[in-house]
This record gives sequence, structure tokens and C-alpha cells, in this order.
Amino acid sequence: MTRLLDAVAIWKRFGTLEVLKGVDLSVTPGKCLVLLGPSGSGKSTLLRCLNLLEPIASGSIMFEGKEIAGTPRKQAASLRRRMGMVFQNFELFQHLSAADNIAFGPIRVKHMPAKQARELAHHLLRKVHLPDKAAAFPDELSGGQQQRVAIARALAMEPALMLYDEPTSALDPETVGEVLSVMQELAEEGMTSIVVTHELGFARRAANEVVFMEAGLVAHRAPVGEFFNGSAPDRVVRFLNRMHG
Amino acid sequence: MGHADRQLGVLSVHASLFQPSLLAQYLVSADFFYGAVMTLWLSIASLALGLAVGLLIAIGQEAPWRAIRGTVWAYIWLFRGTPVLLQLVFAFNVMPAFGVLLPGFACAVLALGLNEGAYMAEIMRSGIRAVGPGQRLAARALGLEEWRVMRWVVLPQALRIIIPPIGNQFVGMLKLSALVSVIGVKELLLTADETASGNFRYIETLTAAGLYYLALTTVFMAIQSMIERSFRRRPSARRAVVAVPSLQTVIR
Repeated sequence: MTRLLDAVAIWKRFGTLEVLKGVDLSVTPGKCLVLLGPSGSGKSTLLRCLNLLEPIASGSIMFEGKEIAGTPRKQAASLRRRMGMVFQNFELFQHLSAADNIAFGPIRVKHMPAKQARELAHHLLRKVHLPDKAAAFPDELSGGQQQRVAIARALAMEPALMLYDEPTSALDPETVGEVLSVMQELAEEGMTSIVVTHELGFARRAANEVVFMEAGLVAHRAPVGEFFNGSAPDRVVRFLNRMHG
Repeated sequence: MGHADRQLGVLSVHASLFQPSLLAQYLVSADFFYGAVMTLWLSIASLALGLAVGLLIAIGQEAPWRAIRGTVWAYIWLFRGTPVLLQLVFAFNVMPAFGVLLPGFACAVLALGLNEGAYMAEIMRSGIRAVGPGQRLAARALGLEEWRVMRWVVLPQALRIIIPPIGNQFVGMLKLSALVSVIGVKELLLTADETASGNFRYIETLTAAGLYYLALTTVFMAIQSMIERSFRRRPSARRAVVAVPSLQTVIR
């Protein structure tokens, strides 16, 4: 099957610090790829490079059959519309209600009529199981609820690919489950996603493939069953054991 | 107002104390009314110039080029570091020596506005900085171009933060504008002073001017709280969402 996204030999530096040292990553449509690895291994930076929020030093990024690496700023913005991104700290727009946050992208970027965008917002709020929170402002919602609104906001742009950057790391333990189950439902519906997370349970349940990153490199990649059956390299197994506490 | 004038003034007040009818006459007189209009017009023009300069300076402070940041820093250093009265007299008395001969009103707006810009810049910068970088990142991730990020995400949030201090600056400007009486712009204070210099009725003239100032500041404080209320997001934003109540039932 042809790949939706195919990144080859991605290099990224911050000053003299080399964060990504030739990373390869690809995802096929309808699949969920989980990125694991110790903090500081470059996972989050990789996500931001993939949707061109961060420029890369060298490498190739094929997305929907086109080379997008090195796209000028202006066109980069329109490419980003095809990739939804969910952040660790939600980053809902504080001056807008939940529904207005979701309708924001369609209205401001796609110039969708406001009425239609609001209908879409209400539809997506139901999808993330928050049908009665349309009028709530971000500071009136729990972390888990905010993150689900943020997922709906990304979905509103009808992206071909969802990028999740540690979506549950800033959440209270009791609200982690509600966010992960929404993500899993989306994956099961065939939403192509790349998920940076430390939730091994989610990886087991929802991922098709797992990539393990370490020190700016892909150290190991395997289909999910194989990744967790003990056949992974020692340092991956050690990492997994540490994660289990 | 010399020492002798002041003594005369005191004497005349002793001669006949406060005359309410004279105060009422001043309050409705064309002179005082025009003085108040001049004060108001001066304040609005200076504040408008201050806002424009302040926005440029605030953006300049965030500029990636050191030359621009240096220029902007020098501007703030100069205008905050010297008395506005000095700047006013400088514009009126020194600029003509360099061939720039502006009428008093223009000098007044120039000096007050440029001075205001230095303070306004700090207010605007604090507002823009208060909107976290994550908010911009989220907007860019949705596919917004940079100027749309500024227009629809940063400025709406920054504006809510900077409206109260800008309102304070305006009320301050109404009073600060009294300084321009020294360069002969006939606003409220100079009107009062010139009126009193004819009959020494300082108590009535200054009271009349004071009442006009109070009326102006009161009106503007009321306008400020109206603007703040309209920016208090909850009621208006709620209404916008509740305006489509049929939606959930439609989807259900």
C-alpha cells in the first residue's frame, strides 16, 4: 500500500545540538503508528518537523505523494491544514468557547460559513463525547475534556493525518483514559495517526506499528505484536520494563 | 501668575467669597466649552498618535534585527527619561530653529503623542507577550498564516489584557493635556487662567475648569467600563453558541 507520509533521513539541529540524526519514518493510510522513547530522544521535534512547524536541516518528507520538505512558509501553512496536531498542553484558544475553538479552523482557514462550521463543531463534540460542552470555555473544562476538544478542533480541518504530541502527559491520571479511548476510536475508524506517548497500554491496543527512538535515531521499529513479544533488542526491553515501573 | 497676582487673588476672594452664579455662568460660557472641546480633542489626537507609535515600537522590540531593537530602545529611553513638559517646550521653541515651525496644537499633539507612544509600547508588548507561544503554535498547526495568527489568536487575547491600562492612559492624558497651556494652546486650564487674570476670580474659574475635567474623566471611565464589559467574553460568546440550539437535535 502506498504511504501517506514517508520521511527519509531527517536531520535537525538546534544550534550545535543535533536533535534528529537521520530519522526514517513512514505511515500507511488508516494505520496508527506509536512513537516511544526516552524523553529528549527527539520524538516531539520529529512531529513538528513533519508538519513543517520546524524547518529541517536535510532530508525528504513525502506527504500525499508530494515532496514537502523545504516548502516556503506561505505554502507550508496550507500543507499543515492536511495534518491535525494535538499538543501536550492542549492549547485551546482561551478566548473562545469549545464550539468556537472547533469552528475556528474551518471558518478562518477554509472560510466555511459560520453556521455550517458550528454544525460541524457540534457534530465533532458528540464524537469526542462532549455533546453538552459547546458553550464551555477552556478554563471551565477538565484537562481530559480540553484535550478532547483539542482533538475535535484538529479533526474539524478534516486532516489526512493526525499527529499527537504526548496528548496525555499533562493530564490527571483519572482523565487519561477518556482521551486515549477517543484516540483509539478514531484509529479504529481508520484515521491515520502518529502518536508520541508513554502509554504502552494504548500502543498495545491501538497501534499497528511501534517505533522506538533514542538519541535522535530510530533504534527499533516493529509491528505492534512483535514489538511487545520480547523479541525487541535489549535496550528496548529495558526501556519497556522501566515504563512498567 | 506672579506673587503679586496671587496676593491680589487672595484679597479679592476675601472681598467677596465664592459666587455660585459666576461659576454657573462660566460653566455654560462658550470660552469654557471650547476649552473643554480643545482638551478633549488634544487628548484624543495625542492618544491616537501614542497608540500608533506604541504599536510600531512594540513590534520593533520583537524585531529580529538589532539595529531596529536598538533604535526602539533609544526612543523609549529618551521619551521616558525626560519630562514631557521639556519635550513640549522643546517642540514649540527649539524645532523652529531647525526650520520646523508648527502651530501650537500640532506641537502639543506631537510632544504628548510621542511621549505617550513610549509608555503605550510597554503596555502593548506586555499584552502580546502574555499570549503564550503555544497558542501561536496551535494556530499555525491549523494552517493559519502568520498575520492571521496575530489577528485572530494573539490580538484578541492581548486586547482584553491591555484595555484597562490603555483606559488609564487616556484618563491620564486628559489631565496631562493641561501642560500644553504653557505653549499657548487654549485648552481648559489656559481658558480658566486667562479668564481669571481679568477679574481675579480664580475660585470660580478653576472650579469651572475642574468640573469640566471631572465630567470628561467620568464619561471616559464609564466608556472604559462599557468596553471592558463587552470584552468580558462569557455573556456575548455564550449567546453566539446558544444561537444554534437546534443543532444537537438535528444530529440526534
